[in-house]
Order: sequence, then C-alpha cells, then structure tokens
Amino acid sequence: MDTQTEKKLNIERDEDGHLADYTEWNEEVAEQLAEEEGIELTDRHWVVINFMRDDYEEKKEAPSIRRIKTYSDVGTKELYQLFPKGPAKKASKIAGLPKPKGCI
Amino acid sequence: MSAQTKPQTGVEPEMHENGHQPIKKVSVIISKGSLEEVYPGLIMANGARMEGMEANLFFTFFGLEAIIDKTMDDMKVSTVGNPAMHIPSLIGIMPGMSAFATKKMKKDMEELDIPPVREFLEMIHDSGAGIYACRATVDMFGLTEDDFCEYVDEVLTVGEFYEKSAGSQIIFT
Repeated sequence: MDTQTEKKLNIERDEDGHLADYTEWNEEVAEQLAEEEGIELTDRHWVVINFMRDDYEEKKEAPSIRRIKTYSDVGTKELYQLFPKGPAKKASKIAGLPKPKGCI
Repeated sequence: MSAQTKPQTGVEPEMHENGHQPIKKVSVIISKGSLEEVYPGLIMANGARMEGMEANLFFTFFGLEAIIDKTMDDMKVSTVGNPAMHIPSLIGIMPGMSAFATKKMKKDMEELDIPPVREFLEMIHDSGAGIYACRATVDMFGLTEDDFCEYVDEVLTVGEFYEKSAGSQIIFT
C-alpha cells in the first residue's frame, strides 16, 4: 500500500486500506483509489463501480463476483481483466466500500 | 502436449508482513465425487484467483463426476459414513436420505451465494484458472474428451499436471 497517496487523499481508511466511511466517496476519490491500485478507469470500470455502490446501498455488503456477474452486464472474465489480482477486493476498494466478506 | 501454462493475471513478489513469501500459485486436486467433497476444492481454487494467485484444478477418480457434462448437475451429498453429518449410517442408507440432504445443502449454499457446480466451474474457468482431467482415470472409466463440460481445458497425465504446477502449493481434496 502506498501511504504517500493515502495521505494525499486524506480520508480515513479501515485496516484493509478501504474507505472507513463509504459516504466520503466521490468520483475523484475513485480516480485516486484506482491510481493507488495502478488501474486507469474506463467506462466499463464505472459500470462495475456504480453497480457495486447501488448494490451496497441496498444490501449493506460489498457484492460478490457472482452478484456482479449475475446482475450487471460485466462477466467474470471481463471483471478479472478490469481489476486484475482480485476483482472483488480491488473493485470494492475503488468503489469506496469495505472488503467483501464472502469466500466466493 | 505443451507444458506452457496459460497466462493468468498478476503475480508480483512481495513479502507478507509476517516475513514469509505469500502463496502465489496453487494446484487443487479433487479426487472425490460427492457434493460435499467437491465444493471445498472449488472454493479453494476460486478463492485463490480472487486473491490474485494463479490456480489450476485437477480432477481425478470420482472427482471427474464434477466435470462430466451428464453428471455434474446431479451430484449428491453422501449421508453414510460421515459422523459430522449427525445422521447415523443406518438411517443414512434409507432411500431419499441423500436426496434430502442434497436438497438442503443446495438451498443453504444458494443462500450463501455459492453457485451450483456448473456455474461455479464456469466462474473458475472465466477467472483464468486451468481445469484439467486426469488421463489415467479418463482411460480407466472409458471416457472421451466429449464427455466433459466445456470448461475443461485438457486431459493431462499426472506428469503434465505436475509440470503445470511448477512453483505451486498443491492441495489434495
């Protein structure tokens, strides 16, 4: 984790480096968080991020890969391409949500 | 057959905070064919990919049931010889017990967002993990490549599987 960029953002984080409060998130914050992960956000990333935030509002839990691929039009393969090295974790971080709790 | 592993996203060396190298690659062997014996391996392999590790799955002996097109949707929970099931084996052998336990387990899993075997294999395949069938068992059971679901990459000898597993932690289930 790059503590320099974390400081630059100046928003409280949880122990996993995710935002401590998801309401402090906005699109600029997302861009910054994506930069920390070395990801440049495209429209397809935003489809995932927006779905995750809407789903979180409803369920109060970051969605699993299965939920994302079932209820958004982004399939498993594309998810792994958009967010390499752990799509559920990376995408939830950029979306300003806590780490997903499930194993799937 | 080539020993080349297919490219999977991201493996970067970094030290874990406890001073050990993190696990970068796993090979999961699934050798048993009841529902409750197949899921742990599927979850371990999928979980590895979710954490950014490389993963390969090798199905052998009765584990092949999980990738045979005709059987993979009808896998059953075993109700006999499993003390943790809390069903005495004498009762477990009664007709309908396995179907009952299977139905209950499938319902519990759906509630936990755990997909059925076929969907799970599709997810694991799409995550970039390799899915392989054991040559020795395929020959022993008289199977051909056409018997398998579309998510199976190849039938491999054990030697070829070990080659693909270079640098892996091997998990046998």
